[in-house]
Amino acid sequence: MSRVSNTRPNNRPNSRPNSRRLHVEPFVWLGFSGGGVVAAILLPILIVVFGLALPMGWVHPDFAGLEALLSFPLTALVLLVALVLMSVHAGHRFRYTLYDGLQVKHRSLVAVLCYGAAVLGIIASFVVLIMLVF
Amino acid sequence: MTAVHERRPMSTWWWTRKKTYLLFVLRELSSVFVAWFVVYLLLALFAVARGEAAYQSFLQWASTPWVVVVNVVALAFALLHTVTWFLLTPRAVVLKFGGRRVPGSAIVASQYVALLIVSAVVFWLVVR
Repeated sequence: MSRVSNTRPNNRPNSRPNSRRLHVEPFVWLGFSGGGVVAAILLPILIVVFGLALPMGWVHPDFAGLEALLSFPLTALVLLVALVLMSVHAGHRFRYTLYDGLQVKHRSLVAVLCYGAAVLGIIASFVVLIMLVF
Repeated sequence: MTAVHERRPMSTWWWTRKKTYLLFVLRELSSVFVAWFVVYLLLALFAVARGEAAYQSFLQWASTPWVVVVNVVALAFALLHTVTWFLLTPRAVVLKFGGRRVPGSAIVASQYVALLIVSAVVFWLVVR
């Protein structure tokens, strides 16, 4: 005789059916995906300009011009969105790199560390960009 | 009798056995350098927000050898991400134009055009 379940789904007495729960994963994946597009198109030139050209002195824009450019609200907004999406992208991707790549199977710990770091990146992005604009 | 759910554990180094596996893991590891550069860029913006002296001292730090090396490596990984990401888009996106399917090569090419335009615009904005 088949076992008839007399408990709710997941065998917990007050559990709601799975379909009514908010599934977060698709939203995280959207962030990962958006961040991937932004990183693919914007990151190389950002690294060339801010990581190499400016520090090495290959180009010498004056500080006033640079400051005006970066604190301009539209630029700041673009940078904010880019940094937020890239943080989510990196956190999500690295979480799976650890799981599939390096076979680190402590799922909850890795998820907390990776998404926690992404959240810190998001908060820092807001703080720095607000400082820059105001 | 073995339980159905038992599996041989996979080695941590499974990806070193084939070139395609290695490329896959390197591609995924690019995420580390994306994270690095988010932090680096935030430090740069923070310096600019604090004024010229802070910006100059940030540039000094950024020109030290180890930072330059990390950024060169980051650039290499960023380009790896770009190339592999562009190649995956046609698989994720099916575009139709006038009833016919847009070939994958057109999608890939248009992304490189976007990359070039965005790069030129950013460079011009900073350097002018």
